[in-house]
Amino acid sequence: MITGFLALYIFMLAAFTGYEIISRVPVILHTPLMSGSNFVHGIVLVGAMVALGHARTSIEIAIGVVAVLLAAGNVAGGYVVTERMLEMFKTSKSEKSANK
Amino acid sequence: MTLPSYMPTIVDAIYFIAAVLFIWGLKRMSSPRTARRGIVWAGGGMAAAIIVTFFLPGIHNLGWMIGAIVVGVVISWIVGRRVPMTAMPQMVALFNGMGGGAAAAIGAVELIRFNVALKLVTTTLPVQPQAQATAAGHLGATELTLAFVGVLIGAVSFTGSLIAFAKLQGWMDRRFVFPLQRWVNLAIFIAAVVCGALALAAGIEGHAFAWGLLIAFFALALVFGIAMTLPIGGADMPVVISMYNAFTGLAVAFEGFVLQNEAMIIAGMVVGAAGTLLTQLMAKAMNRSLGNVLFGNFGAGGGAAQQEIAGALKPIDANDAAVMMAYAERVAIVPGYGMAVAQAQHKIWEFAKLLIERGVKVKFAIHPVAGRMPGHMNVLLAEAGVPYDLIEDMDDINPEFPNIDVALVIGANDVVNPVARTDKNSPIYGMPILDVAKAKNVIVIKRGRGKGFAGIENALFYADNTRMLYGDGQAAAGELVTGLKTLDA
Repeated sequence: MITGFLALYIFMLAAFTGYEIISRVPVILHTPLMSGSNFVHGIVLVGAMVALGHARTSIEIAIGVVAVLLAAGNVAGGYVVTERMLEMFKTSKSEKSANK
Repeated sequence: MTLPSYMPTIVDAIYFIAAVLFIWGLKRMSSPRTARRGIVWAGGGMAAAIIVTFFLPGIHNLGWMIGAIVVGVVISWIVGRRVPMTAMPQMVALFNGMGGGAAAAIGAVELIRFNVALKLVTTTLPVQPQAQATAAGHLGATELTLAFVGVLIGAVSFTGSLIAFAKLQGWMDRRFVFPLQRWVNLAIFIAAVVCGALALAAGIEGHAFAWGLLIAFFALALVFGIAMTLPIGGADMPVVISMYNAFTGLAVAFEGFVLQNEAMIIAGMVVGAAGTLLTQLMAKAMNRSLGNVLFGNFGAGGGAAQQEIAGALKPIDANDAAVMMAYAERVAIVPGYGMAVAQAQHKIWEFAKLLIERGVKVKFAIHPVAGRMPGHMNVLLAEAGVPYDLIEDMDDINPEFPNIDVALVIGANDVVNPVARTDKNSPIYGMPILDVAKAKNVIVIKRGRGKGFAGIENALFYADNTRMLYGDGQAAAGELVTGLKTLDA
C-alpha cells in the first residue's frame, strides 16, 4: 500500500528524475524524446487492463474497453513513431562512417 | 484460472524492472549514439509489464481485453508505420491524446465502481461508516481526489490533443476566436471543477454522489480541452502538444496512485516532469511564454502598426543561383518546414554534396524550432542522410553569417525574418532568429509570395542582397543540381 508521504516521496523523486533526464538533451533529440516519453506514458495500458479486469457492470466494461483500446494505441503508435525517428539517426551515422 | 500465491510479488517485481527500464531508456534516448537502443530498452520494459498484468489475481474480461489490445495495437502500428516523417508532430499529438483518454477512462471506471458500491451499502444497510469504508474498497480521500484530478487532466489532454492533431493535419486551419473567449473558457473550467468537487465532497463523506454530477464533470472537462485549444494558432501547436504530453503523464501518475500501481506512478511522473521542462524549452526557443501561448492573441491586432517594408522582390533563376554557389567559398543552407513539406531534403543534400565535391564549405543552419518542433528538422535531415557535423545550431552559426558568401534559405520564413530584431510592433519581435540577412548574398527558394506560418511579412525577402528563386522546393532543388552538373559538363 502506498500512502501519504511515501507517495509524495515517489512523486517527488520521479519528477526530479524526469527533469534531470531532459535537461541534458541536445536540441536535435527533442522531438524523438518527446515521442519517447509519449511512449512511456503508454504504461497507462497496464492501468486500463486492471480497470477492465475488475469491471463488473456493462457500463464499466464498455468504458474499460475504450480505455484499453486507447492505451494500446498509445503504446503501439508511440513505439513505432519513436523507433522510426531514431532509426534515421542510426542510418545517418553509419553512412557518415562509411564515407570516411 | 488459479495462480500461485507468489504471483502478485512477481508482478510487482516486473513492474519495478519496467520502471527502471523506462528511466534507463529515456536516459539513453538523450544521446544520439545510444538513442535507438534506448527505445528498445523501454519497449522491452513495456512488453514485460503488459504481459505480467494478465497474471494479476482477479482479472476478468480477458476476451474483451485481448480483443481491444489487438485492435488498438494493429491500427496504431499500421498508421504509425505509414505516416510521412513530416507528419510526426501530429502523430505524437494523436497518440498522446489516446493516452490521456485512457487515463480519464480508467478514472471513470474506478469512480463508477466506487459509487456503485457506496450506493449499494447506503440502500441496504443502516448508516455504518465502517461498512461503507469497506464497500468503497481502496478509495480513501486522497485516492478519490487524485482520481478526479487525473480524470480532469486526462480528459483535457484527450480532446485538446485531438484538436491539435486536427490543426496540424490541416483539417482545421482556422483559429476560432470570439469575444470574451477567455472568460467563457474560464467559466467552463470552473463549472467542471465545481461539479467534480461536489461529487468528491460527497464521496469523501461516504455518501454516494449523483450520476448527473459525474457525467457533467466529464462532459465539461472534455469540452474544456476543446475550448482551450481552439484559439491557439498552428505555430504554437508544438508547445501545446508538449504540454498535453506532460498532462497525460500526470494523469497517468494520478490514476496509477488510485490503482496502487507503482509502474504507472513512476513512469507517469517522469513523463510529467520531463514534458513540463520540454514545454518550457520549446516556448523559450520560440520566445513565447506559456501563458502567452495559451491566452495570448497571436497575430490578432498590432498588424496595422507594423512597419512598412521598403524594397522589391528580386527574382533569380536556378542556373544563376547554382553558379553563384558553385564559386562561393562558404555556403549556409537554411532549411525550414517548407522544405520538408516539398520533400526537398534529398535533392538539397544531393546539391550540397556536389558543392562539397567542388570544395565549397557547406553548413546546414538549423533554428531551434525549424520544422514544427525542436529537433524536427534534424530528424528530417538525418532521414536524407546529412551527417551531424555539417549541421550547426543557431548559436554556433549566427556569428559566422557575415563571412558566409551565400545563404540558401529553403522553406524557412519567420525564423529568418530580421523584423524580429528591428520592429517592436511585430508579433515576433524578440524571437531569436538566424542572422541570414548578414550573409553576403541570400537566395530564398519559395513557392510564391505568401507569408510565413505566423502570417508576417518578411523583410529579408526585400533586402538588397536577397534574390528570390520561385518554385516548388523539390523542383527548384532539382534545377540547382542540374545547374551544377551542366557547369561541369
